[in-house]
Amino acid sequence: MGTVFKYGDNVDTDVIIPARHLSTSDPKELAAHCMEDIDKEFVKKVKEGDIIVAGSNFGCGSSREHAPIAIKASGIRCVIAPTFARIFYRNSFNTGLPILECEEAAAKIDAGDEVVVDFTTGKITNATKNEVYWSEPFPPFIRKIIESGGLVNYVKENL
Amino acid sequence: MSMTMTQKILAAKAGLPEVKAGQFIEVDLDVVLGNDITSPVAILEFDKMGATKVFDKHKVVLVPDHFTPNKDIKAAEQCKALREFAVSQEISNYFEVGQMGIEHALLPELGLVVAGDVVIGADSHTCTYGALGAFSTGVGSTDMAAGMATGKAWFKVPSAIRFELTGKPGKWVSGKDVILHIIGMIGVDGALYKSMEFVGSGLTHLSMDDRFTMANMAIEAGAKNGIFLVDDKTREYLRKHKTKNRAMNKKIKVFRPDKKAVYDETFVIDLSTIRPTVAFPHLPENTRTIDEVGDIPIDQVVIGSCTNGRLEDMRITAKILKGRKVAKNMRLIIFPGTQQVYLDCVKNGYAEIFVKAGAVFSTPTCGPCLGGHMGILAAGERAVSTTNRNFVGRMGHVESEIYLASPAVAAASAITGRISSPEEL
Ligand code: SF4
Repeated sequence: MGTVFKYGDNVDTDVIIPARHLSTSDPKELAAHCMEDIDKEFVKKVKEGDIIVAGSNFGCGSSREHAPIAIKASGIRCVIAPTFARIFYRNSFNTGLPILECEEAAAKIDAGDEVVVDFTTGKITNATKNEVYWSEPFPPFIRKIIESGGLVNYVKENL
Repeated sequence: MSMTMTQKILAAKAGLPEVKAGQFIEVDLDVVLGNDITSPVAILEFDKMGATKVFDKHKVVLVPDHFTPNKDIKAAEQCKALREFAVSQEISNYFEVGQMGIEHALLPELGLVVAGDVVIGADSHTCTYGALGAFSTGVGSTDMAAGMATGKAWFKVPSAIRFELTGKPGKWVSGKDVILHIIGMIGVDGALYKSMEFVGSGLTHLSMDDRFTMANMAIEAGAKNGIFLVDDKTREYLRKHKTKNRAMNKKIKVFRPDKKAVYDETFVIDLSTIRPTVAFPHLPENTRTIDEVGDIPIDQVVIGSCTNGRLEDMRITAKILKGRKVAKNMRLIIFPGTQQVYLDCVKNGYAEIFVKAGAVFSTPTCGPCLGGHMGILAAGERAVSTTNRNFVGRMGHVESEIYLASPAVAAASAITGRISSPEEL
């Protein structure tokens, strides 16, 4: 069960982790600045297992993998949005940050709701509102990468 | 089965007779690119993969351009890691400060990408090389690491939007205005996961520099790639920019879309109707024509970047600045894309015009474009910039504002001190 942080459309990588902090790739250091240009309270409030729910095109902008790394290291368990920017989408799988595309969940879940996510089935349960939403299951190719534990392991197995 | 330009390239490099949208494929890579921000992460992942040698020491291209010349100790450490990797892997295409340029201006100039190539780069604006009729797209560091280790990358085959360009653009209208107009029309996720394919008779009026600018900003509409039909101008450019690196001397392969290729949408755009266009804060889709801008005083103008740091951009800037002065209390920062562009600015007398006008003329670097160094904005400050993103905090303080425009509008604005059309001067 995680508490939800809610954001709007087009949350870009420059607010997820501003470029001025990119002279490091240390996950902890990055997490300390996660979302700071859009939500100063985020790093103070976020705890292990929490969930980000946002509008469409989440993660647009830069290719910086520091963005999903910062989110994951901040304790966020999953990001739910109707659509993700494509590089962010790839980077999330590759670095092991679970993301789910679900328009209904993104519309109906509010900030502060308590939500449970089941990645194998795509079932999203909103305990606060007593609602259930379903996200699209991952295509088989992506599942293979996830099952290997990310692209690094996938390549390692196949090198 | 009919395919788009992008699908044809991907099919060829996947060794398949045909591919269709939505299909997952693995393709051979012609170039794997990284910079001083993304490569250090990729190098760590490369090691974790258990890889010891890059798949091809000529096809991995490394360019320290973001925080260089090193802006602080941390940046210096990152560049050092990159340099050590380049040396130990004997990377032939590593470009040290002094020979480098902003990656997306540099690679085409050096002839490292040709029509028909498949390129991935751990930088979102890798889509720039679509101007040459290549498939190129941005990825993250882990994808870059996998590319360096295996020479391959996985893709979901994209569907495409077709932009049929007609007519001739007006005097002060450039590729930047065309692409801002398009992003304003379809939005920052208007081409999400898709290709943007540019065709039509209007292409003859767009220079290669215009096309690089347009392909560069395909990602600003969420696209996987932007790609231009290869024509005489492309061929001439590729002839003039043949690589001296013999291992990279490749045959040009031209892929044209099939007559019956299926597109999600087609937009016909008459270039003669486009006006100089400005994107207001804080998204590239917030566009207005110069006639709708109103009175907006500014504090800084930035001309350069991988979007507009090529020689033609410098030429237009010099033409407007010649014999004029930058407005009082205004900073104009000009940063050319590459050392070659820098040198040409000196030879052609542009450098003198810039300095006499009261501008800063910088060495090539990403610098101010991503709020790195060399021109950070304070709270409440406004900039007109020829770069590609005007997100919150992109160029400095979260309460600063960026207005995206062409070099012509940016240079005119530097003189008047407010957002202006060159027509006003
Ligand atoms: S100039 Fe700006 S957009 Fe281009 S590569 Fe550098 S930081 Fe990225």
